[in-house]
Amino acid sequence: MKTFLEEVNEKINGVPIQRCYHCRKCTAGCPMAFAMEHNPNRVVKMIQMEKREEVLASGTIWLCVSCETCITRCPNEVDIARMMDVLRQMAIETGVGAKEKNILKFHEAFLANIRMGGRINEPTMMVHYKLKSGDLFSDMAMGIDMFRKGKLSLISPRTRDMKSVRRIFEKTRQS
Amino acid sequence: MKVSYYPGCSLHGTAKEYDQSVRSVSHALGIELEEIEDWSCCGATSAHSTNFKLSIALPARNLIAAEKKAQDVMIPCAACFNRFKTAEHHLSQDPELKAEIEEIVGGRYQGSAAIRNPIDIIVRDIGLEALAAKVVKRLAGLKPVSYYGCLLLRPPDVCRFDDAENPVLLDRILAVLGAEVRPWSFKTDCCGGSLTISKTEIVVRMVDKLMEMAREAGANCLVTACPVCMANLDMRSSKDAGLPVFYFTELAALAMGQEGPEGWFRLHRTDPRPLLKGLQLL
Ligand code: SF4
Ligand code: SF4
Repeated sequence: MKTFLEEVNEKINGVPIQRCYHCRKCTAGCPMAFAMEHNPNRVVKMIQMEKREEVLASGTIWLCVSCETCITRCPNEVDIARMMDVLRQMAIETGVGAKEKNILKFHEAFLANIRMGGRINEPTMMVHYKLKSGDLFSDMAMGIDMFRKGKLSLISPRTRDMKSVRRIFEKTRQS
Repeated sequence: MKVSYYPGCSLHGTAKEYDQSVRSVSHALGIELEEIEDWSCCGATSAHSTNFKLSIALPARNLIAAEKKAQDVMIPCAACFNRFKTAEHHLSQDPELKAEIEEIVGGRYQGSAAIRNPIDIIVRDIGLEALAAKVVKRLAGLKPVSYYGCLLLRPPDVCRFDDAENPVLLDRILAVLGAEVRPWSFKTDCCGGSLTISKTEIVVRMVDKLMEMAREAGANCLVTACPVCMANLDMRSSKDAGLPVFYFTELAALAMGQEGPEGWFRLHRTDPRPLLKGLQLL
């Protein structure tokens, strides 16, 4: 059986993360480190230490906003941002799910909306997210204000060739 | 010049003033926009966070459609721009992935259409002198800080049109428009991006810090080229802490004396009109 480290490296398909020498440049520049329970460079160490469950069940991997500051600054070209993507996908695929449930629910609502119309329709996507998350009332005033200004419309132009869009979703479906 | 145009979903919705101002400024500068035929969403953060192949296939569908015309693709939305550049990067580096994505999308990808941001096109193809020649109302008294955010320039080997730590092209455009651009060290700091809906409290904290730093730099407004940054900066600052925020194209249109800016400014949450009226720019 593959180690956690081997599996992550294989999925990143780039520079092996054990090149990290823990200079902590990534962590120092990470805008989300203040909200994460493990610093980005610590996640590398945890992977090396085979802490699979702990990493995949952490909020850290969901709080990463993919700002790409870490990969921009890493002296060893360790792609922490891509590593976070890989870890999120592993958490979904292995059924661990997301500690930050609403972040994943937002992504699901967003993708479901593309699948429906080829393009995001912001109001229907938001309604879908709100129903999924149960967070019904936040941002109501803002939404109403945007409707009034004509920024949100329930009918926005969609992609015509929806067959090709649905085909992309079918063929990239993770088992 | 003629370019293919990818507006993306935001520019048809909450960022419609960006779409309209890009169109208006492009027209004035002699850039003809041809919208990509039947485009679809790039998948944004949600696709690459959860499904790598989907995140490449969605932009690839649009790139393949764009390649039918032999011209550059202009993408004003920093987030879409980043997803397209990332897809291009992977498709050009990994022949196996490319073959798989071509099968999924049902078309051949040549890599023939350059993916460009309007900042890059205006500075490098149109030229700042040509822009300066169109300015009829210098934005005197406007003291913006330029806010590039994350997705225009990172990672540098993917985005590649300006320095990733201290970019200057947007500052140069604003200076040509007559604005008194303020230097600051938060040009490429993150605003919290897509967490704005699901983790609002974190984003409020990040935006408040940016606003505080902009004030400290002596700015009276912020300027962006990203609908996600705009949404966060304009709507997520706590109480009355926010300075007005502009798309750079709105200011370009204003300085060029075009019709439209006043209507666009009305759409912002933090109304920039009192500031502009105070400076006799409106
Ligand atoms: S910047 Fe690179 S080498 Fe330094 S701690 Fe982060 S991943 Fe490791
Ligand atoms: S990409 Fe993620 S881990 Fe890297 S600096 Fe940004 S938020 Fe932190």
